[in-house]
Amino acid sequence: MPTRTPIEVSIAISKAVQQADVDVIAAYPITPQTHIVEHLSELVADGELQAAFINVESEHSALSAVIGAAAAGASTFTASCSQGLALMHEILFIAASLRLPIVMVVTTRALSGPISIWNDHSDIMAERDIGWLQVFCETGQEAYDAVLQAFRIVRDPKVQLPMMVNVDGFNLTHVIEPVYLFEQEEIRDYLPEHRQLLRLDIDHPLTMGPVGVPEVYTEAKKQVDAALVGAKPVVLAAWQEFAERYGRFYQPVETYQVEGAEIILLTMGVISRTAMSAVDRLRATGKPVGLVRLRLWRPFPLEELRNCVRHAKIIAVIDRHLSLGAHGGPVCLEVRAALYDLPERLRIFGFVLGLGGRDVTVADFLEIVDRAEHYAAAGQPEEYSLIGLREV
Amino acid sequence: MIEIRFHGRGGQGAVTSCEILSMAIIEEGRFAQGFASFGPERRGAPVLAFVRAGQEALKLREQVYNPDYVVVLDPTLLRIVDVTSGLKEGGWLILNTKKSIEDTRPKLRADLKLALVDATGISRRVLNAPIVSVSILGALIRATGIVDLKSLEKPVLRRFGTLLARRNTEALMETYWQTIMG
Repeated sequence: MPTRTPIEVSIAISKAVQQADVDVIAAYPITPQTHIVEHLSELVADGELQAAFINVESEHSALSAVIGAAAAGASTFTASCSQGLALMHEILFIAASLRLPIVMVVTTRALSGPISIWNDHSDIMAERDIGWLQVFCETGQEAYDAVLQAFRIVRDPKVQLPMMVNVDGFNLTHVIEPVYLFEQEEIRDYLPEHRQLLRLDIDHPLTMGPVGVPEVYTEAKKQVDAALVGAKPVVLAAWQEFAERYGRFYQPVETYQVEGAEIILLTMGVISRTAMSAVDRLRATGKPVGLVRLRLWRPFPLEELRNCVRHAKIIAVIDRHLSLGAHGGPVCLEVRAALYDLPERLRIFGFVLGLGGRDVTVADFLEIVDRAEHYAAAGQPEEYSLIGLREV
Repeated sequence: MIEIRFHGRGGQGAVTSCEILSMAIIEEGRFAQGFASFGPERRGAPVLAFVRAGQEALKLREQVYNPDYVVVLDPTLLRIVDVTSGLKEGGWLILNTKKSIEDTRPKLRADLKLALVDATGISRRVLNAPIVSVSILGALIRATGIVDLKSLEKPVLRRFGTLLARRNTEALMETYWQTIMG
């Protein structure tokens, strides 16, 4: 039986990595990722996890070391965020194009400048095109489950791609809450052993990471994209089997009170829970408001999103990152593009909030719904708004 | 749903208080979140930490703005922080102080209920250190009954190990019985 455990979410994440029986962890500490990798280093030092923990001098090296280990056939894990993730940037693409099944937790945090150690999605939104599978989490239970599921997904021979589990820094990683932790034997049948088809082996030499001349580069890129899009059925199957075995059901796009909703809030990550409270409050006053949350971010769940929102009139898309110089946040831009081809045109408004750790409250969502309704009624152009901006 | 805000100074144990209290609530089969308002962690600087508790799974993930109870680990904070900000009408204010109800009451909102204890004195004596992370919970529990004292056993043991857990529990029991309310 899983044990209902009061635990800091970071520690629950480490437990999942331990239970996945990784071979190699390389990481460089950065707030608010530190509790995860510190705990893992303790587990390794105490002999509770038979793995190599490689201390490195930077995040660039952390991911490089993990890539080397994965290329040799090891099950690997790393974690980072913010400036650390940005320093990994060039290597992130390589992990995907080498088709290496790495699992990484990103404890999402703002990017400098100004320097901010606090939570938003600036870091992860700069990594949309890297070719990794990406999911977002809303609770500690989801984060723990998602890490276990990630190891199952990347170990599938049909996937052979790295996967990121995005967990809001501090606002989720550092919260103590109840999490059902599995016994090792309960998870054993769900998690296949790590076995890599293509790996560096001196008896069976192969080349990884050669030059892609113009004659092959396009095809190589297409292959990664096809693999990423093609990984979705594996993700769905992994979630389906998880639900059947353990009773917790996950979907690429999840909904809350969308039945009959004319106005839909669209969120990702931990703030989705606060958004639910706001929806509860608005529904109690008779307002037809619902909530849609993107769990699967890459590959983008196009069809599922369209199906969830097609009966609404107004969509208020929440971004926790501002795409400087663009007209709004990246999630809103993608959602708008995804819904452009629907036969009934929806009014889509972008709202950016919770940057650099500013608290996201129920009142913020009430204001967003109010504003979106007002904009739609006034026939206002679909520009983005910053919520809680103090005018100077 | 019950919301609690802890005021302390960096290094004093407000975050640990929230950790232990939230874990104890979860041990009782209820739901809780324990979290801090994170910032540069400077020793001595004012810090905030929060506990949210409920019978059902908690949706709300915003900070605590209208607490039912406020716990102040350091009496000198009263001079520099508005510790009762947003505290609900008739809410509990739990203070670590040597002062009496009569001395404390006039400076505070009249609707508040007070629970006072010299947790620092007790911790100094029992732990040989002015760390009140566990001991102050004795006053909170005495006043509000937020958890059963026994539910703290496991979290305190996990956090401190056998020897320190025993001493902390001793300090906790002493603050529990010495808490004065009014």
